[in-house]
Amino acid sequence: MSDDGKKWFKLNLNSKHKQESSSACGCGKTSGGCNSHQKEDFNEEEFFEAAVDASIGDERKKDGFDQVFDVKMNRRSAFKKLTASLLIGAGAVTTSCSVTTGKDDKEKAQIDWEEQFKGNYKLMTDDEKSGTVDRLVRSYQLRTGKTISMSSKNAAEDVLFGYAFNISKCQGYMDCVSACVEENNQDRNSQMQYIRIHEMDNGKGFNFNEADDNYYHEVPAEGHFYMGTQCFHCDNPPCIEVCPVQATWREDDGLVVVDYDWCVGCRYCMAACPYDGRRFNWSKPEVPEEEMNRNQHYLGNRMRKKGVVEKCTFCVQRSRAGKNPACVEACPTGARVFGNLLDPKSTIRWVLENKKVFRLKEDLGTEPKFWYYMD
Amino acid sequence: MRRLNVFASLVRDSLDIITHGTKKYHLWMAFLTFIMLIGMYCYSIQLEEGLSVTGMTDRVSWGLYISNFTFLVGVAAAAVMLVMPTYVLKDIDFKQAVLIGEGLAVAALIMCLAFVVADMGGPSVLWHMLPGIGVFNFPNSMLTWDVIALNGYLFINISIPFYILFRHYQGKESKKSVYLPGALISVFWAVGIHLVTAFLYQGLQARAFWNNALLGPRFLASAFAAGPALIILVLAIIRTFTEFKIENKVLKKLALVVTIAAQINLIMLVSELFKEFYAPTHHSESAYYLFFGLDGKTALLPWIWTAISMNVIATVILTFHKLRNNLKVLYFACGLLFVAIWIEKGFGLIVPGFIPGPYGKIAEYTPTGIEVGVTLGIWAMGALIFTVLARTAIEIETGKMRYKKKER
Repeated sequence: MSDDGKKWFKLNLNSKHKQESSSACGCGKTSGGCNSHQKEDFNEEEFFEAAVDASIGDERKKDGFDQVFDVKMNRRSAFKKLTASLLIGAGAVTTSCSVTTGKDDKEKAQIDWEEQFKGNYKLMTDDEKSGTVDRLVRSYQLRTGKTISMSSKNAAEDVLFGYAFNISKCQGYMDCVSACVEENNQDRNSQMQYIRIHEMDNGKGFNFNEADDNYYHEVPAEGHFYMGTQCFHCDNPPCIEVCPVQATWREDDGLVVVDYDWCVGCRYCMAACPYDGRRFNWSKPEVPEEEMNRNQHYLGNRMRKKGVVEKCTFCVQRSRAGKNPACVEACPTGARVFGNLLDPKSTIRWVLENKKVFRLKEDLGTEPKFWYYMD
Repeated sequence: MRRLNVFASLVRDSLDIITHGTKKYHLWMAFLTFIMLIGMYCYSIQLEEGLSVTGMTDRVSWGLYISNFTFLVGVAAAAVMLVMPTYVLKDIDFKQAVLIGEGLAVAALIMCLAFVVADMGGPSVLWHMLPGIGVFNFPNSMLTWDVIALNGYLFINISIPFYILFRHYQGKESKKSVYLPGALISVFWAVGIHLVTAFLYQGLQARAFWNNALLGPRFLASAFAAGPALIILVLAIIRTFTEFKIENKVLKKLALVVTIAAQINLIMLVSELFKEFYAPTHHSESAYYLFFGLDGKTALLPWIWTAISMNVIATVILTFHKLRNNLKVLYFACGLLFVAIWIEKGFGLIVPGFIPGPYGKIAEYTPTGIEVGVTLGIWAMGALIFTVLARTAIEIETGKMRYKKKER
C-alpha cells in the first residue's frame, strides 16, 4: 500500500519504513504548527509575565485575599490579575527567602513555584523531564513523609504498542476494571473507571444501544456475551488535534498520553473522542494512602489534579518497563493480549495475522490500535 | 499629551455619568450587581469544589456554560447587521443605532469569554494558551481559531466606537478613512466568528449530531435573527427611557433583517428535520432524543418543542407586514424569537450532541443551582457592561457630554 497521496492516515504495520512520527516532537506531524521546535526557556522578563498571567488564582495557597480575587477572575480585569499575582508572588518570595520559616516550608514553596510555571512535558528535554519528576517526588515526600518512585522513561525505539481483545473468552468478571483502578490511582470517590465492559444479548450482534455497561449481577449471565472498551490509542487520534494547548499527544510508541499539569480542563478532547476513552476529574481525586500505587510514571498513574482530563495509558509505567498492562495481567480468562506491533514474533502480531480481527468505528479514520477477535 | 488629557477627562466624565441617574437606573444597577454577587459566590464554590458542583458528567461533558457561549457568539456577530448598512452601504438611518449594536457586541463577547473561563477545569493555568509563553495549538485546534476570532472581534468592536465617540466627545467629526477599514474587516470577521464557532462542533467526527454541513450556515441564520431581535428590544427600551432619538424606520429596517433571517433559519430547520427523520439512521439518534426522547428519557422535549413553536409563531408574525409594522407586535415577536433561538442554539444543540454517548448510553443532563447561578451572574455582568457602555455613548451622542463643558 502506498503512503503517497493517501486520503487519510493509514496505520501500516508491515511497513519497511519506520513510523514517520519519529520527528523530534512526537506530535505525529512533520508539517510544523505544533510549536515543538521552540525552546521553552524563560528569561526573567518572560517569567515575570508568566507569573502575572497565571496569577488568576493559585489553588495551592488560598488565603482570604486569593479567594476574593479568584472569585472575580472572570471579570478579566487586568488590574486585579496584576494585584493578585503580585500578592501570590510576594507570598512565595517571602516564604522562600525568610529566615524564620522552616527549611521544609521553604523547599515546598520553591517546588510549588517551579511546578506552577514549568512548561509542557511534551516539549521538555530529558533533563527537564527528570527535573520535574524529582520535584514531584520530593514534594510528595515533604507532604506525606512517604516515598514514591516516578519514572520519566521515554518511548523505546522500534516499539508500537497494540492491544487485542478476545470476545469469545471474556466472561465479564471485571477483574480488569478493578486492577486498572488500583494500578492507576483513579479517584475512588467518583468511582472513575477507564474500562467499560458492555454486556450484550446473544443473537443481537454488537448492539451497543441495548448493551449494559453498568451491571451488578453474577457473571457470566445466561444468554449474554461481553465486550470491553477503553482508550484505543488511535494512530490518528482526533482528541489530540483539538487540544488548544497540546496537553495531550501521541508518543512515539503509539501511546496517547496527557500532561496533567498542562491540561487546562476545557474538555474539548472528550467531545472529540468517538470511543468514550477520556475521563475528567470533576473534583479533587482522592486515593487512600494505603491503596496508593507508588510505582508511578509522569504520564501515567501519578496523582492527578482537580479539573484535568485523564485516560488509559496502556499502563505506561508498566508497559515501558517491559510488563503487560494491569488489565491484561488481571484477566482470568486470557481475553486480553498486549504487545509490540513492530515485533513480528509478538503474540499480538500472531493474533492479527491468524485471527479475523476487526476494530470499532473504523469508518471514522481514527485507526485504533485495539482489535477485537473471536476464537 | 493633549490626547491623554482628553482621555482622562472622558474617563472622569463617564464615571460621573454612570454613577448618577434616575431612581430606576440605580435600582436596575443595584439589581444587576446583586445577581452578579450571587454569581460570584456560586463561582467561588465551583472553584473550591471543582466542576462536580455542576450537572456535567463524563457522559455529558459540556452543558449550560458552553450552550450560552455558543448562543452569545451569535448575538455578538449580529452587530454586523447594523455596521454594514451604516458604514459600508452609507445608510444614514442606522447611524444612531450602530453604536448601540457595537456596545451589545462588546458585552456579548465579554460574556462569551466569561462562559468559557467558567467552564474551564483549570482557570489558573489558562496562561498555557498564551502564544509565546504557553503552547498555542494553532491551526490544528479549532478552539485556538475561536480564541483569535473572538478576541479580534472584541478589539474591533471596542476600537471603532471608541474612536468615533472620542472624536465626538471633543466636538469633532470622525474621519471615515480611519474607521472604514475597521468596519469593513468587522463585516467579514462577524461571519468568521460564528462560522469558526460552528466549526468547533462541526469538525468532530465523533458526534454525528454536530458533524453536519448545515451547522455553520444555520448558526449564521439563527444569529442574524436572534441578535437583531435583541437589538430591536434594546433600542425600544432606550427610546423609552432616554432622550436618544431612534426613528421608527430604523426599527422597521432591522425587523426586515430579522424576518428574512428567521425565514431562512426555518427553511434550514425543515431541511435538517427531513434528513434526520425521513430515512433515520444510527446517526439520527441524537435528533430522536432531542425531539421525541429515547428509552423514556425526555428531559429536552419540553424545551425543544417550546422553542420550535415560539420560533414558528414569531416567524409567521414577522412575515406579515401588517403585524410586523405594529411595533407592539414586533417587540412580542422579537422576544419570542430571541428566547426560541436561545433554547435551540444552546441547550438544543450542545446537550444532544452527547446523548446518546459513543456507545449508546443515554445519560441525561440537568444543570444544578450553582451552574444556573453562575450563568445568571454572567448575564447580569453582560447587562451591566452594556448599560455602562450605552449610557456613556448616548450622553456623548446627544451632546450632553463634551470635553471641557462642565455645566452639570
